Amino acid sequence: MEFKLNKSQKEIQKAARAFAKGEFDKEQSLEFNKNREYPLKIWKKAADLGFIGIHFDEQYSGGGLGLLENVLLAEELCRRDSSMGCALLLSSYGSECLLRFSSTALKQKFLPAIAEGRMLSAAALKEHANDYNITGIAATAVVQDDEYIINGVKPYVINAGNAGCYLVLCRTDPDLDLKQALSLIVVEGDRAGLEVDKISYKMGLNLINTGTVKFTDVHVPCTNLIGTQGQGLQYAQHFCNESRLNIAGLALGMAQGALDRAIDYVKQRVQFGKKLGQFQSTQHKIAVMSTKIQMARLMVYEAAWNYDHKNQDANLAAMAKLTCARAAVEVTDETVQLMGGYGYMTEYEVESYFRNAKLMEILEGNQEILKDQIAGHVIGRIK
Amino acid sequence: MEILQYTEAHQQFRTKLRKFLAEEVTPYADQWEKDHIVPKSVWQTMGRAGFLGTGVPVKYGGMGADFLYTVIGIEEMTATNQTGLSAQLHSDIIVPYITSYANDELKQKYLPGCVNGGIISAVAMTEPDAGSDLSSITTTAKEEGDEVVINGSKTFISNGINADVIIVAAKDPAMDNPYQSMSLYLVDSSNPGFKRGRHLEKMGMHSQDTAEMFFSDCRIPKTNVLGKKGNGFLILMEKLQQERLVCSIGAVAGAHIMVEQVKAYCQKTKTPSGKPLSKFQATQFTLVEMMTEVKLGQTFIEKLVYEHMAGDNVVIETSMAKYWTTDLIKRIADRSLDLMGEYAGDEQCRMVRAWRDARILSIFAGTNEIMKGICAKFMGL
Repeated sequence: MEFKLNKSQKEIQKAARAFAKGEFDKEQSLEFNKNREYPLKIWKKAADLGFIGIHFDEQYSGGGLGLLENVLLAEELCRRDSSMGCALLLSSYGSECLLRFSSTALKQKFLPAIAEGRMLSAAALKEHANDYNITGIAATAVVQDDEYIINGVKPYVINAGNAGCYLVLCRTDPDLDLKQALSLIVVEGDRAGLEVDKISYKMGLNLINTGTVKFTDVHVPCTNLIGTQGQGLQYAQHFCNESRLNIAGLALGMAQGALDRAIDYVKQRVQFGKKLGQFQSTQHKIAVMSTKIQMARLMVYEAAWNYDHKNQDANLAAMAKLTCARAAVEVTDETVQLMGGYGYMTEYEVESYFRNAKLMEILEGNQEILKDQIAGHVIGRIK
Repeated sequence: MEILQYTEAHQQFRTKLRKFLAEEVTPYADQWEKDHIVPKSVWQTMGRAGFLGTGVPVKYGGMGADFLYTVIGIEEMTATNQTGLSAQLHSDIIVPYITSYANDELKQKYLPGCVNGGIISAVAMTEPDAGSDLSSITTTAKEEGDEVVINGSKTFISNGINADVIIVAAKDPAMDNPYQSMSLYLVDSSNPGFKRGRHLEKMGMHSQDTAEMFFSDCRIPKTNVLGKKGNGFLILMEKLQQERLVCSIGAVAGAHIMVEQVKAYCQKTKTPSGKPLSKFQATQFTLVEMMTEVKLGQTFIEKLVYEHMAGDNVVIETSMAKYWTTDLIKRIADRSLDLMGEYAGDEQCRMVRAWRDARILSIFAGTNEIMKGICAKFMGL
């Protein structure tokens, strides 16, 4: 068993680290957060360097690499700046539905635009806040001539309002059960009848727009269907499993970034005549934080590596997401504690790492859902 | 059996306060959160209605009320969803320094205003390089004839922008022993040597005006010292029991509200199949565990309140309570957001503000690490 990143992966890691160091500016990021503004210029630069859609095929302006490489990017970018890292990595949110399942024509139309930093993408799948298993879909797509007419409401859509395309999960058959009744359709952001109600103030991820997307008699050509009609649920679930690993990578980066800052702080802060890092209680905290991060890293790397080697393991993905997000919340929380009053102040960054980390735990499956899924796999069906 | 015996008068006070807060405070909480400060006028409204400085003796305009009024005040204020109108910090942590240790002239000058809301107080101890370790503060208080000259900077000061009177911890540079050189002084915000610094941005407590403070050749009469010169640490030690107790009562009250809110959310929120979240076993057990911890916290706190009112020394137990209850509210806030899921990403969800606000509790008024250090000493370790 070869237990290390290969040369190209190490180079990607290094390049991402250098990019983040050179382009992310703390003051600017605080401003973006305050104004809830998307970092357009940095996004374009990231795209120019090939950091957006690194897992897309090269013919679609991608890097021709895998999910593991995308996870490495997520980790490095969030490590330097959690808000910026999320804004960049989630710029292509939902595009994997196109990448994995759509026709060549649709891939050609959307993927290069996303990878080149000309378009943000969005996934409008579930309709209830916590319906991570996607069991309740009321949105409909009815065929009329050679068009679908889409109606429905999708809450908590990432990149809502900013996205150039939405991957929309709709009911195409009112009678069949969900496994056959749903279809995934790509809707261009400028279609008539598409309305966005933005959430004005969120707990975190404040560079990214999130909101409710409402589709009222939105017409799209039938060729906007992803893959096969009736396979929507399967595609959406596959996407969620892949997306969980990206989220896990972002969370891992946040944990590492917080730990970096905690270590810097305890090495210089003096209280009671000693550096904080000389107190055993501090040392053990740092030890536990490092251990949690290492555990999280091993899981998400393995899960992503498996995915790239055609061994898609939804169970491992769920475990990795559960572990990485928990590690991120616990490590960022402890960092705030170690930094005391400074930890709570916005200008010292780590409080935003903590807020963003908590969102990583809530997005794409909360603890309850992930545990349900893992248990279902491990125990199996009991008769 | 109830540990704490509330009288009819206490209950009436609670009813009156609750009505007052529902009309004059809670409806404005969202606006104050946006403004990052509360208007000074609301302090006056609250003071005139008789809800500030209840413990101040009658001769200085207060009610001379017992500590149960403070408990009621904390519990009711916790439900207002804002932290800027920090009535308990003012009434039950800062004002008692003046009541106990200022000379009569200062009491006459400041206490009636502290009670009627015309005067807002702040306490300035923390410095950029001295947080947990108060003995390392560098703000100086030099004696010059009948005056004391204060120089130094303070940070993370609650009520920092609104404050009219500030209790400042400073050291006499002529003395070496940090524990004997520190005194507490009363500084009026109109003093030309006093300047407010930046209004700081924080993770939470957005309606609270936390700020920096600067003292440059700030001259005050020698008589503005609290207690005796050099008694700063002794006074702090004497007041810490109540300060930690106030924090703990607030933490448990806050945690209790969270559990009630998340319980209600889980009862009314259904999965697409129509099953309420509260009917899932894992959710039920989580809610049960959270409520159990709140009950444990309540029982501990009630006993400490009883002992505190009886005049017992419960410094160690209140230090334990401060760390345990503030960790408790953090645990509960964290799990509550999990149960609420994506809904909790939106600040419309009240729990988010509570989660952000709760994070400071294990840091301010002595970090939980400091609390454990104190307990270790007193346990003879």
